Amino acid sequence: MSLAVTAPEREPRAKAPQPILNDVVIKVATVNGSGSQSANLILMRSIFYMGVPVSGKNMFPSNIAGLPTWFTIRANQEGWLARRPDTDIMIAMNAQTAAEDIAELRPGAILLLNESLKGFLQREDLTTYVVPFDEMVKEACSEGRLRKMVVNILYVGVMAHLLGIEMTCVEKAIQRQFRGKAKAAELNLSAARYGFEWAQNHLKKQERFRLEPSRATEGKLIIEGNQAAAIGAVFGGAMLCAWYPITPSSSLCEAFIDYARRYRHDAQTGQATYAVVQAEDELASMALVVGAGWAGARAFTATAGPGISLMAELAGLAYFAEIPAVIIDVQRMGPSTGLPTRTSQGDMLKAYHLSHGDCRHVLLIPASMSECYEFTMAALNLAERLQTLVFVMTDLDLGMNSWMCDPLPEPSIPIERGKVLSVEALERLGGRFMRYKDVDGDGIAWRTLPGTAHPGAAYFTRGTGHTEAATYSEKNTDWKENMDRLARKFETARQLVPPPIIETEPGAEIGLLAFGSTDGALREARHLLESLQGLPTDYLRLRGLPVNEAVRGFIERHRVTYVVEQNRDGQVAALLHDEFPDLADRIQSILHYDGLPIYAQTIIDQLLIQEKENGRS
Amino acid sequence: MTTTAPAPARPAPREPEVNRIGLGRDYYKGLESTLCPGCGHDSITKSIIDAFFDMGVEPHVVAKLSGIGCSSKTNAYFLGQSHGFNAVHGRMAAIATGVSVANRKLLNIGVSGDGDTVSIGLGNFLHMVRRNVPLLYIIENNGCYGLTKGQFSATADKGSTLKTGVPNEMPPIDCCALAIQMGCGYVARSFSGDFKQVKALIEGALAHPGTSILDIVSPCITFNNHEGSTKSYRYAKTHEDPLHEIGFIPFFEPIRVEYDPGEVRVIDLPDGSRITLKKLSHDYDPTNRTQALELLHKAEKEMLFYTGLIYYERESRPMPDQVNLIDEPLATLPAERLRPSNADFAEIMETFQ
Repeated sequence: MSLAVTAPEREPRAKAPQPILNDVVIKVATVNGSGSQSANLILMRSIFYMGVPVSGKNMFPSNIAGLPTWFTIRANQEGWLARRPDTDIMIAMNAQTAAEDIAELRPGAILLLNESLKGFLQREDLTTYVVPFDEMVKEACSEGRLRKMVVNILYVGVMAHLLGIEMTCVEKAIQRQFRGKAKAAELNLSAARYGFEWAQNHLKKQERFRLEPSRATEGKLIIEGNQAAAIGAVFGGAMLCAWYPITPSSSLCEAFIDYARRYRHDAQTGQATYAVVQAEDELASMALVVGAGWAGARAFTATAGPGISLMAELAGLAYFAEIPAVIIDVQRMGPSTGLPTRTSQGDMLKAYHLSHGDCRHVLLIPASMSECYEFTMAALNLAERLQTLVFVMTDLDLGMNSWMCDPLPEPSIPIERGKVLSVEALERLGGRFMRYKDVDGDGIAWRTLPGTAHPGAAYFTRGTGHTEAATYSEKNTDWKENMDRLARKFETARQLVPPPIIETEPGAEIGLLAFGSTDGALREARHLLESLQGLPTDYLRLRGLPVNEAVRGFIERHRVTYVVEQNRDGQVAALLHDEFPDLADRIQSILHYDGLPIYAQTIIDQLLIQEKENGRS
Repeated sequence: MTTTAPAPARPAPREPEVNRIGLGRDYYKGLESTLCPGCGHDSITKSIIDAFFDMGVEPHVVAKLSGIGCSSKTNAYFLGQSHGFNAVHGRMAAIATGVSVANRKLLNIGVSGDGDTVSIGLGNFLHMVRRNVPLLYIIENNGCYGLTKGQFSATADKGSTLKTGVPNEMPPIDCCALAIQMGCGYVARSFSGDFKQVKALIEGALAHPGTSILDIVSPCITFNNHEGSTKSYRYAKTHEDPLHEIGFIPFFEPIRVEYDPGEVRVIDLPDGSRITLKKLSHDYDPTNRTQALELLHKAEKEMLFYTGLIYYERESRPMPDQVNLIDEPLATLPAERLRPSNADFAEIMETFQ
């Protein structure tokens, strides 16, 4: 087997006389805080409005203004929208990075270069368009103080000309971006038109890449995972959002605030059916969630790695005292402060075992926008059904980047409140209520809420040893029995988390196991392995922890299962080793952990190297 | 005598004492205390039981909250028919904030210690006060960590000594001054041995809609009751200087006595109850914030132990009102009131097209 599997379009591209249709990667290098994010979203959405599937990934600095930022747009008719690191068209607007930006291009790539950066151009193997943006903006925008913001929209117009993006689509995208801000919309519209017309008059249209109208985005949306999860929280009946601002989760809570403000006020009184508390730290935000969960509210927090580290003690309390709680962990690159604005799947093991002692938590792992939405609703339900902490493990790539998808399905999952005893039920029990007694054999005991008007309702919650009747106990047998029941409850959880999704190819001996935001790259890798190498693979997408028997079966059925994850230590692979020690020698890792989203080629490369090492090349 | 004297009128058989809602005192008790005999905390527990009994509070509406430490254990020793939550060290303030959102109809009482409140939990404590979370927060302040055998806490006075004689070199954190600065509208200091005062302060606090802070010096009989300690029984008894003689008239009792305004200040609470402050040697106005902070400043500087209602402000907008929370308990709202309509959903979806 050769190691030279590459994207199919690469080789023919250099020679192809025909333009490549609806398949291009554009990278925009700008300075953050300069309004480039709006311009980039408009460029992406213009392509979307033409009907061509598109994704946008923002590589931004942990900074407010003045540092380099990049935005990559991948347009692909077939819908392959994972990150592809090789850039077809570079828009270089930033002097700080121009040298690197130009150097990273492969021969034949297209460069749109701000004239002021001309000095950085040392290469002749690129198709370069030098554009005097700084001069053009003086013409396009009469107000000097706005020019810094407007200059970026000019390249949208220029790109529209070069790629064949319809200006009506650009205009629609601008209107959408500046909804309710007529003046800004007008300013940007005229600048985009100016850029387009300037390019028409001055630049010869390139023939390598062409965008043509398509219908592949009909009925689709572009949304960010944090927005989708916030919608899940609003429609899932979340009553408390307690949070402490941290990238990349802040926009989730802010979206919750926006939607809740609009849709979660009582029609009669105008009063809120939720509360948002911006806490003083993550200790407090988690304590608020636990306090609210204890008193019967559906509560969640959203955070990232440093936040879950601070929440660890309270996570153990939620586990041991059996209090519903939801943490949405929008993972970023750690350890420590790490790369706050880069993506990772590095919190998997930590979240699974968060806190001291024998502690295990339920993890839901969305891979798409609809799952970010549905798993947030499901987590609120599961937390109450299982009376425990449930994590939703997303990441920066899912949470903050732009994803094209079908409209989210209408909320159909019922709001489930779990085993809560009413006054009438307590009456029937006749004083036999025992908070931690496993009456149903599923490890989940019944609880009562504070405020229940029955003399037998009260019990005492504690993080210390307790009996079935919730009385304090240091007795060895009480302790062990309680821990065993908690383990039994975790067995129940295995059947309640979303089951994995398995896709197979005939004759596949290789299993690929992945989760979360890796999905797009993994699908593309499978497609390339199959179509270029004739190497079929099966795919199991893990959607929740603890794992269930379907995962064991999948590993058993394959000669080798590569666990693909975006962390250094193969955390989920380690967890699978732990769960299935008898299958450990069939589990190998494919790892990506540089902070940028994983791409298909890295999966292919690592798989083929390991196959060779396994004696299968 | 037994033969000649007329038989005395036989007293009527005594009815067991019940409060205004018909419950006996036992309903307000909890488990037997497991603290050291003579612990100041047990006196406070007794004051809590009496105050809740006298006020006729329904036990099931009470949520008892605590952190970790000797003081935090005491929640098990009162109101056995109320839900209790002994959480983790230092987080009671934030836990209580969550509870108050989940069910605003609950009457929250938090019992905590000085370590829980102003060492490990200082940040959360301050922010809870800032938010004006509806809660009676009692600090059973003994200046030391009892459960770990007597280390100094952050409220230990400068110069106070450990049992081993080692003096504390750092200034104490004054819970009352902090509470006032964070905007608390009901701030009191007391001494666990001053049963009557503690009880009246608790009763007054139950009528206050926001956060009430009661900083009660409560000697640790085992680790901080020695010569050299400024939180010992002897020290507290000999140094306590009440700002006033405090009385409490609940809203459901008629006012029988006319007070001379020159002698007694009357504080009207929002539920119609009244706190009466009879003048002693001081002429102290607890509604004057500046005076309250000056008093605390003087107390710290001159090592004085003033007790009583230190600051009161009637205007109090508790957190659930600040966030415009629905009047009913959130926790039991039916599902259909929590999920917006499909039309709302469609409206949101449209924005992503």
